[in-house]
Amino acid sequence: MPIAIGFEGSANKIGVGIIRDGEVISNPRMTYITPPGLGFQPRDTAKHHRENVLSILKEALREANITPKEIDVVCFTKGPGMAAPLISVAVVARTLAQLWKKPLLGVNHCIGHIEMGRVVTKADNPTVLYVSGGNTQVIAYSENRYRIFGETIDLAVGNCLDRFARLLNLSNDPSPGYNIELLARNGKKFLELPYCVKGMDVSFSGLLSFIEERAASLLRKNEYTREDLCFSLQETIFAMLVEITERAMAHCGSKQVLVVGGVGCNIRLQQMLQIMAEERNASVCAMDERYCIDNGAMIAQAGLQMFTHGQRMDWNETFCTQRYRTDDVYVSWRD
Amino acid sequence: MSESHVQEEGFLFQGAEARVYKKTLYGKQIIIKERFSKKYRHPVLDSHLTDQRLKSEVRAILKCSSCGIKTPVIYMVDFNSSKIYMEYIAESITIRDYIENFLKDGGNINELASLGRQMGKLIGSLHANGIIHGDLTTSNILIKSKESGCDLIPIDFGLSSLGRLPEDQGVDLYVLERAMLSTHLNSEKLFEELLDEYRLSFQGGLEALNKLSEVRMRGRKRTMVG
Repeated sequence: MPIAIGFEGSANKIGVGIIRDGEVISNPRMTYITPPGLGFQPRDTAKHHRENVLSILKEALREANITPKEIDVVCFTKGPGMAAPLISVAVVARTLAQLWKKPLLGVNHCIGHIEMGRVVTKADNPTVLYVSGGNTQVIAYSENRYRIFGETIDLAVGNCLDRFARLLNLSNDPSPGYNIELLARNGKKFLELPYCVKGMDVSFSGLLSFIEERAASLLRKNEYTREDLCFSLQETIFAMLVEITERAMAHCGSKQVLVVGGVGCNIRLQQMLQIMAEERNASVCAMDERYCIDNGAMIAQAGLQMFTHGQRMDWNETFCTQRYRTDDVYVSWRD
Repeated sequence: MSESHVQEEGFLFQGAEARVYKKTLYGKQIIIKERFSKKYRHPVLDSHLTDQRLKSEVRAILKCSSCGIKTPVIYMVDFNSSKIYMEYIAESITIRDYIENFLKDGGNINELASLGRQMGKLIGSLHANGIIHGDLTTSNILIKSKESGCDLIPIDFGLSSLGRLPEDQGVDLYVLERAMLSTHLNSEKLFEELLDEYRLSFQGGLEALNKLSEVRMRGRKRTMVG
């Protein structure tokens, strides 16, 4: 049974995961958390990753109870992501591959989420809603590519939520989106916000400017509470996401939807997707941290798929890149 | 789709937002498009969107017919039940089905250049008349053959708006490009033909195409983290 180790550090999480035949045998990770009101800067994030990657690696090997010798392939996130954190992790993966004399594969981060989601949920061919701090895409598979049917034409949904959280000075622990979600549960009064869907694409920049301009005064005049604003924001942007997902499902005749990426952990978003799916006799694959939040195992899983289908990379191909689109990858492991 | 609607007489299909029925009115075949409430949306947002889209659809279709662009004729609108009663376009299929049938019969997608040009001309005249479709796909344009050539009939104007901003025109083209390239493999050249004719047939075409390349870059350049 082939074993793969995966290194992920494209954003504020650093993780090392080990996969044996689709089964996660260890998957430790750490998150770089910044003070409220601040985002994570590339340089500091990379520093955090460099300082922690080796102890996480040791933990991964110990938990999996294997030696480097047993590993068949080393995988790392090739992109997309922030350059400095990506590089800090790629250096480690490249060094280890040489020390251990193992093949090295660079993996597309988005494909990692999707492949992990497929193996965990056993969903064969779902429509994928990929929502995270940097990505907002509706994806479906056809003829050896994950094709992007819809995406944001400006901000990513997670970025929009993060920036709103900064506006309200919410904590980044465990994540700004989670703190918005908690507040939103107690929101009651709905504020109408710009709703912008263009075909299967969405746009969030107008909505963000709208609320950035008004939030302070709405709160000061006690017209809306922080809870109400979080609630209205979630209701509006999630409705946009569910709408384009449904449109893509109708377009592709798909009966199954899988949500991946950090924003996919939001219970309200899952609930809305569930209602949409029920209304059209479709189903939602259960959410699971293994493919929603960035981690090393998902990179190992996608890398293992590539490896067992004969893909190898020349040394000079094992660089990393900030821009690496989901549909750039030739998917050799699916029919 | 729930069983009750399937059993209802004349039920054709359920799209993302509307159920479509084919019925007979005074001996004429008609289409009834009924927008239904989406339970996942907040009720305030839902009723606002349903009303707004019904209005946009009617407004754009009327505007098309006043500009000589062929669309289904609207017979009646019922705002209370969010229904539009409109003309049934007999012997027509969507461009998507047309392309798929053509490929199934062994055709090469690049032989469809004249269809691409005709689509470009249609979109050019929508934009020239201040109509932004908002959801251009090959499923949202019908094709109906006639003695010489064929007619193209745009439908599904729920996301449309009226205006002449190059930005909106560029996004309209971008949405179509994305839908075409992801639905029909190797349709890049077909889309180029479309843009070529669009630019020739519509005076503001060049400006809209410049915006299109800006919008494309937004997608490409966007930092993608997470």
